Amino acid sequence: MSRLRIALATAIARLAAVGLRLVGSGATSLPGKILTRLAPEAIAAKAANLERGCAVVSATNGKTTTCAMVASILSADGATTVHNRAGANMAGGIAATLLTEEGDFGLFEVDEFWLDGLVPQLRPRATLLANLFRDQLDRYGELDQIIERWRRVAESPDAGSVVLNADDPLVAGLGAGAEKPFYFGIEDETIGEANPQHASEQAQCPVCHKQFSYSRYFVGHLGHYSCSNGHPGRPAPDVSASSVALDGLRGSRFTLRMGGEDFPVALQLPGLYNVYNAVAAAALGVALGIQPTVIASAIEQTSAAFGRAETVQIGGRDASIMLVKNPAGANEVLRTLADDPGDNDLLIILNSRIADGRDVSWIWDADFELLAASSGVIVCSGERAPQIALRLKYAGIAPERIAIEADLPTALELATSNSSERLVILPTYTAMLALRELLVGRGELTEALA
Amino acid sequence: MADGQLRIGALYPNEMNIYADRGNIAVLTARCRWRGIEATVTALGLGDEIDSDAFDLFYLGGGQDDDQRRCAEDLVAVKKEALTAASQRGAVLLGVCGGYQLFGHWYELEDERIEGLGLLDVETVRAPGARLIGNIAIELDGGDGDPGGILAGFENHGGRTLLRPGATPLGRVLKGHGNDGSSGFEGCRSAHTIGTYLHGPLLPANAWFADWLIQMAVGEAQSLPQLDDDLEELAHADALKAAGL
Repeated sequence: MSRLRIALATAIARLAAVGLRLVGSGATSLPGKILTRLAPEAIAAKAANLERGCAVVSATNGKTTTCAMVASILSADGATTVHNRAGANMAGGIAATLLTEEGDFGLFEVDEFWLDGLVPQLRPRATLLANLFRDQLDRYGELDQIIERWRRVAESPDAGSVVLNADDPLVAGLGAGAEKPFYFGIEDETIGEANPQHASEQAQCPVCHKQFSYSRYFVGHLGHYSCSNGHPGRPAPDVSASSVALDGLRGSRFTLRMGGEDFPVALQLPGLYNVYNAVAAAALGVALGIQPTVIASAIEQTSAAFGRAETVQIGGRDASIMLVKNPAGANEVLRTLADDPGDNDLLIILNSRIADGRDVSWIWDADFELLAASSGVIVCSGERAPQIALRLKYAGIAPERIAIEADLPTALELATSNSSERLVILPTYTAMLALRELLVGRGELTEALA
Repeated sequence: MADGQLRIGALYPNEMNIYADRGNIAVLTARCRWRGIEATVTALGLGDEIDSDAFDLFYLGGGQDDDQRRCAEDLVAVKKEALTAASQRGAVLLGVCGGYQLFGHWYELEDERIEGLGLLDVETVRAPGARLIGNIAIELDGGDGDPGGILAGFENHGGRTLLRPGATPLGRVLKGHGNDGSSGFEGCRSAHTIGTYLHGPLLPANAWFADWLIQMAVGEAQSLPQLDDDLEELAHADALKAAGL
């Protein structure tokens, strides 16, 4: 009975998907929503049919890029992935992916709040929990609630092997109740900072409730921490990065240690946050039993997903597009920008729709002060352009360097006419989608790449 | 107050900072600095005792439930006397979101009632129903020494704050939910002690209100020259528009 219902629901939802494509709609999750409405067990049934099983990735920051790396690892290992690569990461998007793609291995990035609902249906071979930062509080309430949901996931046999970030105390702490947790982290104390950035999350020892003390901060509250009362602190990572050398917007090099073996890696993606994404992807690969040599070379070959530091040509100039959506992520992008030796022009696009977070407060927690030492005009655009312009003023950026142009096409013209340097664009999520559409319209991005 | 100086006491900046409360402090300090007034910010954390006369303005922001509970205990045990004295002396105390709740008599967390400072005549209860979230605009009526005008911001709170009889709201809700989603009131004010749910943060989106607080904190004798507020006014107009005004 159930099989018949799923088959019927599948047929109807596929029809809807074809219809949507015919009218040129990009509604990626609608067919999935139809499917799960008609046959709620469809996700579980279709996931169980994946010959080599599936893997799940969740995090506040870096889900899409980490999954792109895992996809590259899986494909180097000979798998054909069923992967929600466009980032539709709630039930509808995952159902739609299962409905429309053919393959033997499922790879799903899952929204933080949907994880506990989806893991029992997907029953992955491994679940990667990569980091937790405050993000879009208007949508999700507070971080504590996500931690409790994730704890249930980590303790459930449905999650398979649980892969955790040793450097994130909020995430590593979930290992206490997991069957055989597997950890990744960064082992290089010559990078990062001795002091925390503003708006770092607070983490305390689960035994004595004293704040953890840190010998090194890498990204936000991710770092080397310990309990000053001697209770267990950061677990030793099974997969790690050391000898990290960052090279501004161009990328980074580091030594990737897997199973006691070292592999030099040249990463095409910039910033320490992408080193984390790479080590996380490698750890998931190891947990899935893939050979370290395959993993290391596949990670090197991963290029950026759209809007995640990808380089495109705009108005004849090199342009990098880097999504910003919360303070921790924005800080890493800003730091990468500040460390880059080039003199880059900047376009910041701030929207406040639901997918961006309706509350724009977060821009005051991001360290735009890092831009004060640079030169050149910063064009502020998007639906909330005045808010980002004001933020820049209080970050110490001279008012004559701040231009406001809410209209995106005009702002892009303005930003590309400033000079011939590299243009760096920092859009929020829906701003990134608008930018992508604009670039396709200008013929500077092909639909296939987008 | 000290001459040409604004001494800010930032309460629990490590715990009570989740709605970009740093933005409020940044606006206060910059707007003093641009006028030649020296602004200092001192972090007053868990366990720190306070010299009530050492500050002209105290700021308390919002936190997650666990952090807010720890700060509530510390406020009552360690800081209540000094903050009460400062409030009576006319220092400015600004509480935003969780800070507002802690300025009241008590607030409810799950089944528990947690004691606050009792500086404002309000209490905060939990009610069934969703968190009150969204853009908000409120109008100050210009009575009782407030400058009058519209504040715009963003609110996000589960608690419903009730004014006790005789308590003065900060403003009247034009758009959004306000204290409890039904009374039409937002915030509470008693002389120089102010509590509100508006973040966004509050002071960047409402520079005129920041100047009013600074004036109260440094005293009427200190002149506050007009600044070039083109961007501040654009941002204020943008926040009003986001709230539907």
